[in-house]
Amino acid sequence: MDTVFHGEIHLRRYLSDQGKPEQVLPDWTHSPERLVRYYRNMVLVRQLDYKIIALQRTGQIGTYASLLGSEAIDTVVGDLMAADDVLVPYYRNHALQMLRGLPIEDVLCYWGGDERGSAAAALGDDFPNAVPIATQSLHAAGVASAFKVRGEKRVAVTLCGDGATSKGDFLEALNVAGAWQLPVVFVVNNNQWAISVPRSIQCGAQTLAQKAFGAGIRGEQVDGNDVIALHEAVSEALKHAREGKGATLIEAVSYRLSDHTTADDATRYRASEELKAAWEREPVKRLQTFLHEQGWWDERQEQAWIEEVGQMIQTSVDAYLARPQQPIEHLIDYLYAELPNALEEQRERLIRNAQPGGSRHE
Amino acid sequence: MSNAITMVEAVNLALHSEMRRDQSVMVLGEDVGVNGGVFRATVGLRDEFGMKRVMDTPLAETMIAGLSVGMATQGLKPVAEIQFMGFIFPTMEHLIGHAARMRHRTRGRLSCPLVVRVPYGGGIHAPEHHSESTEALFAHIPGLRVVIPSSPARAYGLLLAAIRNPDPVLFMEPKRVYRLNAQPVEDSGETLPLDTCYTLREGSDITLVSWGAMIKETLEAADRLAQQGVSCEVIDVVTLNPIDHNTILASVDKTGRCVIVHEAPKSGAVGAEIAATIAEKGLLSLQAPVARVTGYDTVMPYYRMEHHYMPSTADILEAVNTTLEFS
Ligand SMILES: Cc1ncc(C[n+]2csc(CCOP(=O)(O)OP(=O)(O)O)c2C)c(N)n1
Ligand SMILES: [Mg+2]
Repeated sequence: MDTVFHGEIHLRRYLSDQGKPEQVLPDWTHSPERLVRYYRNMVLVRQLDYKIIALQRTGQIGTYASLLGSEAIDTVVGDLMAADDVLVPYYRNHALQMLRGLPIEDVLCYWGGDERGSAAAALGDDFPNAVPIATQSLHAAGVASAFKVRGEKRVAVTLCGDGATSKGDFLEALNVAGAWQLPVVFVVNNNQWAISVPRSIQCGAQTLAQKAFGAGIRGEQVDGNDVIALHEAVSEALKHAREGKGATLIEAVSYRLSDHTTADDATRYRASEELKAAWEREPVKRLQTFLHEQGWWDERQEQAWIEEVGQMIQTSVDAYLARPQQPIEHLIDYLYAELPNALEEQRERLIRNAQPGGSRHE
Repeated sequence: MSNAITMVEAVNLALHSEMRRDQSVMVLGEDVGVNGGVFRATVGLRDEFGMKRVMDTPLAETMIAGLSVGMATQGLKPVAEIQFMGFIFPTMEHLIGHAARMRHRTRGRLSCPLVVRVPYGGGIHAPEHHSESTEALFAHIPGLRVVIPSSPARAYGLLLAAIRNPDPVLFMEPKRVYRLNAQPVEDSGETLPLDTCYTLREGSDITLVSWGAMIKETLEAADRLAQQGVSCEVIDVVTLNPIDHNTILASVDKTGRCVIVHEAPKSGAVGAEIAATIAEKGLLSLQAPVARVTGYDTVMPYYRMEHHYMPSTADILEAVNTTLEFS
């Protein structure tokens, strides 16, 4: 019998769980700039995450999906994307959206139940985050098709969770990306859990990266807590796509260090030892150790930076809390390019009910 | 006497009860097993009935619906949970294209006795896509029953009826009232009838028609009106497809006035179907135009502004007064 297909999935990893180099590091890591930039951003978004959870607990923000454990993935992808690439994110990508220009205040707005959180002009052609799982994968393929049709050297980048890889949309997106050789990068944040469903029962395959084989695109696994490995994998995938060679699926192996959302209680279904073990591998500490050992970051810088981001975050929180409510008619006015006549009566009613004496006046 | 339980507990009780009685009942969906469902509607089932009958599925609604069609044709009774109504759309291919017509297209050779349970509706400060009321999309489909309980007792009896029903049923659970108004529910194993409206309160001046969570505001309005000497008949439609129009028509024949209340956007909604049927068959009994109190024809706002969207008791009172004053 002839072997008609042969495939291998490699796991890319440079830093051990303890932040020690496991192999020769790429040249760009020989100077501190980029790695320190990555680190600072990861600290910023983690501090923000703690703050948002505190706001949620005191009723100042709604149900929130924590980013704990995905700091490295979002930071590296956001840093490497070109400004005119297009990001097609999911709901756990606010750290990445921030690198694309989303102000912290708007992140708070979004999770605070306010549509203006997706409106920032700075986001350019980027999509708002997708809540219906895996739908964004197909949109990214469509964005990439637009680039290809117009002969642009831009890349669509989309992220999803491990659970999302079970959905038809995800597999359909891989398939068309392979069939049409689309300039798209699919990053799976495999944080091991889809709410209460562990990776092991989500899919029978050993890796999620191998789903690339069925679609005829590149696929690899990367340690999602290792910024150096992520950097290498994502840069290559972007380059490959930009050169017209097609799509890549990157399975970034991470761990959801939080509950699924603030509405979830992971102790119902997840062993505390597993979570504890995951904290031993977490991305921020790992890079911090590495930087310490290189002499590129010390305790004094750490304290100064934490203080600085603390102030930055607080300024945004204050602005968020002080932001006046959006005009009531905006609940209707953005539905169509022009308000259809048929909606005028309802629009007036909406406004009237919100006024003093109206049925929805608070 | 049985203890007072909430609607979500009544759903849980019905599932336990029917799974004990009927070995062919299966529960499947995202997070329904170990976690007991994100609203805890399936808590305890996995422990009692095991993983063969209570399945944590991969994350894929198309698959959940398609699997259910396959299982149902082979003598199983799948009760699938879709986590939120906003994520039900991938099931439509299977529910509409297959489940709802399997009996019809095989001239009775095969059937699809499946239930899809789904929490729906606004008012719980949930993230986007978690608060819509899209019952009309399904109520439009011939062959697909759409059933919505409004109290714990009815959730229990109607869910049993839905599971035992030989055809597919979409069982929509108004999550805003999941944990409101506990009432005693006996695990009697007795079903409540489908395809019939429930008259919650008899009255003579005006007919209020509603379903789901809005029954709460509708009854509140009826209480306030009673204090003003206005006698409201309150009808809970319950089965939105097929609709028991006779009960509504008989009531309107008695009262001559009707206000329909629903959370879904106004246009193309089930309220329109009810109003049209009254116009067709009950026009001469009307003393005022039928009024509708509904959500707006817009996207459900994120939670901060959702109260501007949700119909309120005051809106119902206003519509009732306008209707009563009409001459
Ligand atoms: C189509 C769809 N089904 C169900 C849900 C409800 N839901 C929200 S997040 C989630 C789990 C997602 O897990 P995963 O893809 O691993 O991403 P993670 O949240 O872990 O990053 C589910 C089932 C949804 N948002 N969309
Ligand atoms: Mg996950």
